[in-house]
Amino acid sequence: MPTILEMRGITKEFPGVKALNNVSLSVEEGEIHALVGENGAGKSTLMKVLSGVYPHGSYSGDIVFDGEVRAYRGIRDSEADGIIIIHQELALIPLLSIAENIFLGNERARGGIIDWRRTEARAAELLEQVGLRESPKTLVDDLGLGKQQLVEIAKALSKDVRLMILDEPTSSLNETDSRKLLDLLLEFKAKGMTSILISHKLNEISRVADTITVIRDGAAVSRLDCAEGISEGRIIRDMVGRSLDNRFPERVAHAREETALEVRNWTVRHPIHSERRVVDDVSFHVKRGEVLGIAGLMGAGRTELAMSLFGRSWGAGIEGEAWIGGARADLSTVRRAIDAGLAYVTEDRKTYGLVLDDTIRRNVPLAKLEAVADGLVVNRNREAEVAERYRKRLNIKSSSIEQEAVNLSGGNQQKVVLSKWLFADPDILILDEPTRGIDVGAKFEIYTVIRDLAASGKAIIVISSEMPELLGVTDRLYVMNEGRFVAEMATEEASQERIMTAIIKSGEEAA
Amino acid sequence: MTQASTNPGSDGFTASQAKASWSFLRGHLREYGILFALIAIMVFFQIATDGILLKPINLTNLVLQNSYIVIMAIGMLLVIVSGHIDLSVGSVLGFVGALAAVMIVQWDLPYLLAAVLCLAAGALIGMAQGFWVAYFRIPSFIVTLAGMLVFKGLTLWLLAGQSVGPFPAQFQLIASGFIPDIFGAEGLNLFSLVIGLVVATAILAFAIRTRMSQAKTGAPTEPFAFFAAKHGLIFVALVYMSWLMAGFRGLPNVFIVMALLIAIYSFVTSRTTIGRRIYAIGGNEKAATLSGINSQRLVFLTFANMGMLAALAGLVFAARLNTATPKAGVSFELDVIAAVFIGGASMAGGVGTVVGAVIGAFIMGVMNNGMSILGIGIDWQQCIKGLVLLAAVIFDVMNKKKG
Ligand SMILES: Nc1ncnc2c1ncn2[C@@H]1O[C@H](COP(=O)(O)OP(=O)(O)OP(=O)(O)O)[C@@H](O)[C@H]1O
Ligand SMILES: [Mg+2]
Repeated sequence: MPTILEMRGITKEFPGVKALNNVSLSVEEGEIHALVGENGAGKSTLMKVLSGVYPHGSYSGDIVFDGEVRAYRGIRDSEADGIIIIHQELALIPLLSIAENIFLGNERARGGIIDWRRTEARAAELLEQVGLRESPKTLVDDLGLGKQQLVEIAKALSKDVRLMILDEPTSSLNETDSRKLLDLLLEFKAKGMTSILISHKLNEISRVADTITVIRDGAAVSRLDCAEGISEGRIIRDMVGRSLDNRFPERVAHAREETALEVRNWTVRHPIHSERRVVDDVSFHVKRGEVLGIAGLMGAGRTELAMSLFGRSWGAGIEGEAWIGGARADLSTVRRAIDAGLAYVTEDRKTYGLVLDDTIRRNVPLAKLEAVADGLVVNRNREAEVAERYRKRLNIKSSSIEQEAVNLSGGNQQKVVLSKWLFADPDILILDEPTRGIDVGAKFEIYTVIRDLAASGKAIIVISSEMPELLGVTDRLYVMNEGRFVAEMATEEASQERIMTAIIKSGEEAA
Repeated sequence: MTQASTNPGSDGFTASQAKASWSFLRGHLREYGILFALIAIMVFFQIATDGILLKPINLTNLVLQNSYIVIMAIGMLLVIVSGHIDLSVGSVLGFVGALAAVMIVQWDLPYLLAAVLCLAAGALIGMAQGFWVAYFRIPSFIVTLAGMLVFKGLTLWLLAGQSVGPFPAQFQLIASGFIPDIFGAEGLNLFSLVIGLVVATAILAFAIRTRMSQAKTGAPTEPFAFFAAKHGLIFVALVYMSWLMAGFRGLPNVFIVMALLIAIYSFVTSRTTIGRRIYAIGGNEKAATLSGINSQRLVFLTFANMGMLAALAGLVFAARLNTATPKAGVSFELDVIAAVFIGGASMAGGVGTVVGAVIGAFIMGVMNNGMSILGIGIDWQQCIKGLVLLAAVIFDVMNKKKG
């Protein structure tokens, strides 16, 4: 097969960091090329160089596409050549319709006047191609993340794409949606399209990739041909530089007798459609020293449950009781919830987790600023010590604690959010998709942190769409579907099948 | 630069210090650019006006003329950092001036009591607006636009369309008084000079202490030469200014008030938990709220504070004119907001410093003053000020992109 893309000796520096150091990448026409590496290795940066987000001249090295050296000065230039990137963070406009989003900046128009018939007809075709059964008029805001991702792909297809770049497209999708998306990629490949896929989910990579390029610390360390049967262990070894024997730390049961948190008959209504019960009469408990998992599909109401408990940060008409340490707890504001010992680590780090323009030093102590202050005055030395401690402990890849959160790689941003709540030192820690976008090595470290916290007597609640993660790190599981808890099981006796069965059965009963 | 003399040592050391300072400056152009702009503008007008600008009497005047803009810019900075805006400050200033006139001149209330009542009224006005912004999420632009109209109207009503004055002499001292000279030297207000010296020394000592404690924990610091040059410059400038003013009638009372406010609010914004939280709210309100920060109450308080400072500015302004007029404060909000943005604050919130806002206010003030001395008409003055605002913000944005 001919080579469609060659990036030669790419070097890209930011003030204080060399994000890419002489990286070469070669992609063949019609293949699915996977790009893997640890958080902050430079994957997104490499793709931003390729697509002109970082314009020609701001990096050194050559981009050869279709046999010619290219100098892209912006996204428009690379798109003209058919290179389309779908960024790690989705870039759709929530209050515009699917069709409007697909043709944004590329409108079907004559003389500046939009031809709505043509727009919608073409949008419908594209939706058909990506297998999304929605009207082109539907607002993007009303779609789940999985469907939004498909809209992004439809948008890419609308532009005569030759090379599609997907930066962690499945990190916020559940397994069913992920599978659908990957099948779609395979379908496109059969039609001759080339794609570059970035992902931390190695099972997906092994399933669809033809070639893998591993990047470590800004350098390409290996190029693996999947036809030869590459094991995940091999990929990990190249990524991390050592082999990783276990994906999960050993599970020692630490659950104690005392109940840390008990929730009774918790009901939460949708803030706008108040007849909809997003959480419906849920009761559960978690013991000190226990890691509790909540499994379920996207949209089951898990995030809403967690946020409504955490200072009523979501929903309306909340009913029910929460008991902490044997007494009725007042969780009516975030401050009170924190004071009662609760913490919630959000799944949406950019919107709810970080002050993006602030440095690591200022983000980490934010939830417990009093602890680094003398009275009302922030003690900057103590603040710096704290930030530095967590930077080391969670291995946050950054030039220093003075780096702004917005300039960190996705996975490292996640670690900053986690640091913030670890520093707040809660008794009950709710983690919502704690390893989203995090590399395998760092996942192990986070699981270790979770188990250590449990060992020290904290109660941990893990919400995750990755079932292996729930099965690997928790002690006990609840399964949630359509706002209700439909099953409870000890993790030892749980399996993916049992969880799925519980979900499906509850769905049938409801119908 | 003068760092060579402050660092006796080998030439290599000096050269590397100079280089480090230069690259540090390039990296922090956004923070210092505005200070250089002020200096450049002052030098320009000093030359263009044949030295009138820095004549003691003119310098004193400049401070007096600008005091109410500076006072309000400090409050506005907090509002803008928290992600909001307050368009009503000019009207509030006028209203409070009118209120003071009615209480003191027409009702014969003691002026101290009236002043306290006026400050309370300002705070109440701020709360009334902040209440809707913070707790009902009505956009501040709209709430304060309404406030601007309302208080403009109330001022007219209160004064019945007339000017009310004059104020008792003691009240006027707020704006036109000077600190007494306890030493009683001839031709020079020695006490003012001493205050200037003490303040300058205190700032220097504070800076050195901070730097030493930073060095101890290995936090990043400015290159030594840069640090020395910067604080040397600040020290000299402060002492020189107070010497100039001491040669006229001494430091104006308002100057002391302003200096205190700047010191207090700089400290609050940069060093306290409250300040930190206001920046976090402006940076990402959702994340701040989910970190347990009571953003509603803080936004409410920011507006209350703004109202109080606008009231203070109203008192100063009324005392300076020695009368309350229905025209007082018209379009002041524009100067105040411009000062804050020139000083590097961001429209989106979360960014900006008190010192920047004050420098921004002085840039506007020096331009007003200088252009008036040069006899440039109000028409061109407006144009030029508008362009300077635009240029400052463009510079800011370009700098951020490059970084
Ligand atoms: N604008 C920037 N300014 C400074 N440093 C940056 C900037 N953008 C990225 N970096 C740094 O470059 C490095 C590579 O980041 P990049 O986003 O490419 O990582 P990644 O491989 O995509 O990681 P992840 O898997 O976490 O998404 C990181 O150390 C990051 O901190
Ligand atoms: Mg990335």
